[in-house]
Amino acid sequence: MARIGVFVCWCGSNIAETVDVERVSEVSAQIPGVVYSVNYKYMCSDPGQDMIKKAIKDYNLTGVVVASCSPRMHEVTFRRAASEAGLNPYMLEMANIREQCSWVHNDKEKATQKAIDLVRMMIEKVKRNQPLQNIKIPVTKKVLVIGGGVAGIQAALDVAGGGTKAILLDREPSIGGHMSMLDETFPTLDCSQCILTPKMVEASQNPNIEIMTYSEIDSVSGFVGNFKVNIRKKARYVNPNECTGCGICWNKCPVSVPSEFEQGLGKRKAIYIPFPQAVPNKPVIDTEHCLKFTSGGKRCGICQKLCPKQCINFEDKDEIITVEVGAIIVATGYDIMPTSAFGEYGYGKYKDVVTALQFERMVCASGPTLGDLQRPSDGKKPQTVVFIECVGSRDPAHYYPYCSKICCMYTAKQTILYRHKVPDGNAYVFYIDIRANGKNYEEFVRRAIEEEKAQYLRGRVSSVYQDGEDLVVEGADTLTGSQVKIRADLVVLATAMVPPKGIKELAQKLGIGYDQYGFLTEAHPKLKPVETSTAGIFLAGACISPRDIPDSVSEGSGAAAKSLGLLSKDEFEKEGIVARVNELTCTACQNCVRICPYKAISIKDIRDRKGNLIKQVAEVNPGLCTGCGTCTPTCPGRSIDLQGFTDEELYSEINALAEL
Amino acid sequence: MAENTFEPKIIAFVCNWCTYAGADLAGTSRFKYEPCVRIIKTPCSGRIDPMFIVHTFERGADGVIISGCHPNDCHYNEGNFNARRKFIVMRRLLSQLGVDIERITFSWCSASEGKKFADLVNEVTEKIRKLGPYDAYKKLNMEMR
Repeated sequence: MARIGVFVCWCGSNIAETVDVERVSEVSAQIPGVVYSVNYKYMCSDPGQDMIKKAIKDYNLTGVVVASCSPRMHEVTFRRAASEAGLNPYMLEMANIREQCSWVHNDKEKATQKAIDLVRMMIEKVKRNQPLQNIKIPVTKKVLVIGGGVAGIQAALDVAGGGTKAILLDREPSIGGHMSMLDETFPTLDCSQCILTPKMVEASQNPNIEIMTYSEIDSVSGFVGNFKVNIRKKARYVNPNECTGCGICWNKCPVSVPSEFEQGLGKRKAIYIPFPQAVPNKPVIDTEHCLKFTSGGKRCGICQKLCPKQCINFEDKDEIITVEVGAIIVATGYDIMPTSAFGEYGYGKYKDVVTALQFERMVCASGPTLGDLQRPSDGKKPQTVVFIECVGSRDPAHYYPYCSKICCMYTAKQTILYRHKVPDGNAYVFYIDIRANGKNYEEFVRRAIEEEKAQYLRGRVSSVYQDGEDLVVEGADTLTGSQVKIRADLVVLATAMVPPKGIKELAQKLGIGYDQYGFLTEAHPKLKPVETSTAGIFLAGACISPRDIPDSVSEGSGAAAKSLGLLSKDEFEKEGIVARVNELTCTACQNCVRICPYKAISIKDIRDRKGNLIKQVAEVNPGLCTGCGTCTPTCPGRSIDLQGFTDEELYSEINALAEL
Repeated sequence: MAENTFEPKIIAFVCNWCTYAGADLAGTSRFKYEPCVRIIKTPCSGRIDPMFIVHTFERGADGVIISGCHPNDCHYNEGNFNARRKFIVMRRLLSQLGVDIERITFSWCSASEGKKFADLVNEVTEKIRKLGPYDAYKKLNMEMR
């Protein structure tokens, strides 16, 4: 006979304000099988949990319903408490009367009635629940980090530092990401290359880290602790094991094309390393431009002739490499918004309208002009520069409603960098408001305004057009209520950060969520910021939403810590919610075998003692089964059921409806 | 015309990873919606048996919502595709058997679509309110007994 305890939480006033918790517990007490029913201000608090534990023992409860917040919030908490009191944790269910009741309704009477219904449904379910055991599975002690920007590098270093192997994967020919393109960084003005390149080298020399560049994820299978990942190693056409990075090939290559790393401001060759400090310092051939490939193999081949170690192989092919890892960290970073959208700012039309990332390259000592600031059209030193903020960000009518977070700070930084290059130059900044909410950030912006005399104008720019050699920027200064017109030599656009190309496809391969823009979804925005809802897959950096360097680095470390924690034991414990076959009724029709997305079901023989085949039945591998339950409604004979969400349990929830 | 005050009974079968989380987000964001819906959580929309729907009407529901992850976004890779296939067939069959398929709503709602979930519940409630109580099924049910 079921002995159920019902625990109704007020959640302070969060539930109690809209739901009559007293009535919920009174009505619950009348439901057959309920032997104890109580309400309390904070069920999740220590005294609340103690109440549950004590009741389990005092009333010899066989099942518990906690009516409070979402199980996504506190199911783990309450199930642990139940377990500590000696009750199988799967004999505890939660009725979600906060997120799905008190927070979404105003009418107290109706909300109370709904809360009672939700509790009743869970009581009926928990009466039929069966105790389940967690399943232990061995784990592979290796972490795959996708994305070799600063977040990914930090994650790989920390994983390696914890004594676990890491693979650091990047689709570009070198690790380094966007940070390697930056000049100096806010708010300390330390040189980006100087702080990043040692980390890149450290990663390449760490015996626990294997770097795979120019490589992409092809497919992912498996599950937490046991992922199997197919990596497509794109053809480099250069043998990386033999290459010494001497540079003869790219010095002699006759083809020059705009460099992606230099944001189109400089040139690179068809055989190239993206930048001089690249890791690994080994080139790749861009087949779209290489003469050997564009001529169908007839022309050029100079690099092959000159390479002292015969590393060039024009026959090289993409290669699929399968790796087994226990955890995956996604740190794929961001792209900047395609600027072709901004006709009003003249991007693409006027050479002297550039993106902030291009400006970084223009002032950077390793950039195409070696740090000598020249405007792109005629090489003149710009005497007046206009910086335009929130280009594409915070613009729900046209582009993206979100704030790109870093633009306020890097614009302030760029005005300072500009004034260091042109001490008598004029820097104007059009802004909506200044968001400087990090350590020493506000002081840094004040420094740009007060010491470097950057002139901040609160308002939007309406148009940019050319007049003679100059650009004219027209906009509003909303603080003085006037229209302003500035003749500028250079206009810099702080364009929105957007998710990188291909992120949705990657998320789909990994089975993790993303939002309407393509930013990846964390398991909980506050309490699980680096986890995803898929166990064993973690996130770090700007793939979640716009991030600056300190955020990205801390999340890299966070994701590494989470992975190390997961892989610290030899076995990983997973939930006991897996499918189970009733061998008496199974006819081995194989419907479930075919439909299982994880190939977790196979057919086994049942033999008698003499070894004669009696019958065949389906068999579930609990390690592979993820508990999706797709097999259950597919079975014509109702012979496979999902434990934890059995037909009987779910029908009992529906049946409770008849009482409503 | 007097205001339609009929309070329908609606059951929503939702998957744990997308729509259940979307409903939670509606709550965290305090998007208000009609209190007529009762949610039953399953791990995946692929777990939802078409027979659940029939049974739900048998037990006196006036409307049913089924919602899972968007195509390609399924936490279990392809459970929602299976669900979609099943329900296409199911709708036809139910319709031939005389069940009012207007009362069954199939939707995709992700974990970040709290607003969409609230809107979905409001739209379905409004629709069922107009259709009125599912007396035809209830009557049939009584006769069958």
